[in-house]
Amino acid sequence: MERIMQVVFAMRTVWAVILALLVGSVLMVFAGANPIDAYAALFGGAFFDYFGFGATLVKFSPIALAGLAVAIPLRAGLFNIGAEGQIYMGALFATAAALYLPQFYAPLHILVCVLAGALGGALWAAIAGALKAYRGINEVIVTLLLNYVAINIVSYAASGPMMEPGAPYPYSPEIAPSLALPYIMPPTDAHAGAVFAVILALILAFCLKYTTFGFSMVTVGYNPKAAQYAGIRVQKQIVLTMMIGGALAGLAGAFEVLGVKYRLFQSFSPGYGFDGIVVAFMAAANPIFVVVAALFFAGLRSGAQVMQRAVGIDSTVVDATQGLIVLFIAASLSFRFRDSRWARMLANRRTAEAAIASQEKRNA
Amino acid sequence: MAYIHIDGISKSFSGFKALDDVSIEIAKGAIHAILGENGAGKTTLMNILYGLYRPDEGQITLDGKPLRMTSPRDAIAGGIGMIHQHFMLVDTLSVTENIVLGLSGGIRPANLKTHEARIRALSGKVNFDIDPAAPIWSLPMGMRQRVEILKALYREAQVLILDEPTSVLAPTEIESFLDSLRTLRAAGHTILLITHKLDEVMQVADRITVMRHGKVADEMDAADSTPRELARRMVGRDVILDLKREQTTPGDVVLEVRGLTARNDQGVRALDDVGFAVRAGEVLGVTGVDGNGQRELSEVIAGLRALDGGVILAEGKDISGFDVKARKNEAGIGFVPEDRQHTGLVLDYPVATNFVLRDYDRAPVSRHGILDYGFIARNAVDLVKRYDVRLRSPQQPIRFLSGGNQQKVILAREIEARPRILIVMQACKGLDVGAIEFVQNMIFSLKKEGVGVLYVSTELEHVLDISDRIAVMCRGAITGIISPKEATPERLGELMAGVRSAA
Repeated sequence: MERIMQVVFAMRTVWAVILALLVGSVLMVFAGANPIDAYAALFGGAFFDYFGFGATLVKFSPIALAGLAVAIPLRAGLFNIGAEGQIYMGALFATAAALYLPQFYAPLHILVCVLAGALGGALWAAIAGALKAYRGINEVIVTLLLNYVAINIVSYAASGPMMEPGAPYPYSPEIAPSLALPYIMPPTDAHAGAVFAVILALILAFCLKYTTFGFSMVTVGYNPKAAQYAGIRVQKQIVLTMMIGGALAGLAGAFEVLGVKYRLFQSFSPGYGFDGIVVAFMAAANPIFVVVAALFFAGLRSGAQVMQRAVGIDSTVVDATQGLIVLFIAASLSFRFRDSRWARMLANRRTAEAAIASQEKRNA
Repeated sequence: MAYIHIDGISKSFSGFKALDDVSIEIAKGAIHAILGENGAGKTTLMNILYGLYRPDEGQITLDGKPLRMTSPRDAIAGGIGMIHQHFMLVDTLSVTENIVLGLSGGIRPANLKTHEARIRALSGKVNFDIDPAAPIWSLPMGMRQRVEILKALYREAQVLILDEPTSVLAPTEIESFLDSLRTLRAAGHTILLITHKLDEVMQVADRITVMRHGKVADEMDAADSTPRELARRMVGRDVILDLKREQTTPGDVVLEVRGLTARNDQGVRALDDVGFAVRAGEVLGVTGVDGNGQRELSEVIAGLRALDGGVILAEGKDISGFDVKARKNEAGIGFVPEDRQHTGLVLDYPVATNFVLRDYDRAPVSRHGILDYGFIARNAVDLVKRYDVRLRSPQQPIRFLSGGNQQKVILAREIEARPRILIVMQACKGLDVGAIEFVQNMIFSLKKEGVGVLYVSTELEHVLDISDRIAVMCRGAITGIISPKEATPERLGELMAGVRSAA
């Protein structure tokens, strides 16, 4: 009985999503559509249609990487609210590597651009990590505010020093065609970044569980004092963990440039970094679940358009539903199993059963 | 006639009796000290007085009227103010703003200027010398404490409860703090002082209640007592000098420290020129009233706390520059920390993982950075059997084990690392008799193997049972190192109160 309850409890974010979709269907009724048709169009369009699924994967890549960028520091007890800014810095570094380095063997050059993106994100996150580790400054505030700094740095770069001459809108020159990431589902825009995100999630899941590095990271998250006692250099670990998170978000930015846009645009991210926060919490900071949650979120985003066309209600209903999902997940995370009424109820049941059992023994 | 009458108060927390039929009478306009070790029930009692807890039994009367309190709001209305150990102040606001915060001013609250003038007058009346406009962050700890007291006085508190008020103060601030207590007494306030610092009690208190294990152990006028007497009553007079320890001939010096100085978490000097040596096969007990530098001493040697000055020699080698890992693996120092749940263990990890917590990055637990879960599981099965840890499964989170079994896991881990020096802190605190015996037998067998043991504890009877020599600490310094035979309650009391040994 307790096991079942625990499983039910562990899946609480899933129940939250289902509940949010149900409330969303009420909104759809008000908007004058049949919710079953609407959801069928939404998820059918996002997952069961070749072109639709391609569009989903385009959004999946940055959301999954941003989700990992939040989830990994979360395991060490750090809140990285700065994935959005780290995406921008990653894109900036990757674009610079693509535009300003002399052309050389393309696959290697792509790799250099990708690594430059990771470095950009890592350095940006290192600021918050170092301030946290050595000065005790709350990383939530630092990462949050650095988002705006990064977004504005990119705006400046795209409209100033890196701007394409004569462009009507702030963007950089196009990168060389040889530097574009390979497509995985031609003719859709889905690119190798999506595959890469899944591989990274698997590697990270392995690292967290089976490597000493992951162990020291998670130990810091559970109990920094015990971590210090175990011989872990807690401050160094905090900086390093933030940098890994930043590098993951930086990759998302690099892939946006190398796989989708081929240029650095001003304000190119529609808030992938913030989706990453929701996804990471939805997945309880588990890298594998991050992939699942990110796919779901990407599907909501890309399916919204399909739904709009199919049943004729505005895609803002999906925006509202997304907001509901965030709310319901946040609410579901506030439930605690141990102190909950269920736990007490189960404990009472056990005492009652034990009492009955001992009674029976005496009678026998 | 007593002003506050605490009558037969009992309070249990999930089966544990924190207070057992406590009765105390407190006179008006007196400084009444409640003295006792950590866990003696002082703080629980004060929280009941302040309305934070409700007693299971008994009642409290103030000025002849029974107090019925369900929250601190009622306590404040009844004229009781509490000054917590950790200040409840907003750093960025001014003194005045902090004091008026949360005041309900009726329909027309007075403006800040009026409040400021009133606070200035009040501060002058009690000789506090505080600028009401100063922001809190600019004030030293001693001044912040005065702000806390003003906060209570401004709410017209007649009774002030102070919980360990001097623990955050620098030694130089303590004298003026005690003076301000005298001023308040002269102004007619009744003061309840909760502390375990004997000398301060002797300086200011009129009457003293000693608590032990949730009961009132003794009550006396301060004038009729001495610090040594109080120390003895605090730790219990029934010190059994049971010399069952086996005599071993100590070998070479394995651990020597000289001139150690260090600060506590508040940044106040907590170790002052500490020096001693431990030989192989010897148990050096370290005791004293809680909070006199024992924790800092253990942590400095284990590498968990920064050293301000002095040297630590392990087998003749200076290890002051070693980090935690090197002290364990190279210098051979094992450490059983005081706070087993928050330092010694990761409560959410399985028992098996906790067994290897300090070896996770060494073979055979891990190779080339990859953890060997097979080894971790086998190791756990082996240790659970050998150290008789009672559990359902080695894979169950250690959170669900009893305190005694958690302690066994820590001891097993530290002993299996084959230390040459073992620091054991408060090893028996909160354990039942069986577990205590287990711990003591472990230490005896280590001693036979030639390990030098530093046994840090405030539980005198255990220290006396197990140690070959006993070092007594007071205010961060060692006041004397004596043999258990010399350790009469009077002698220990003297040393614990800070009377240096003649030798």
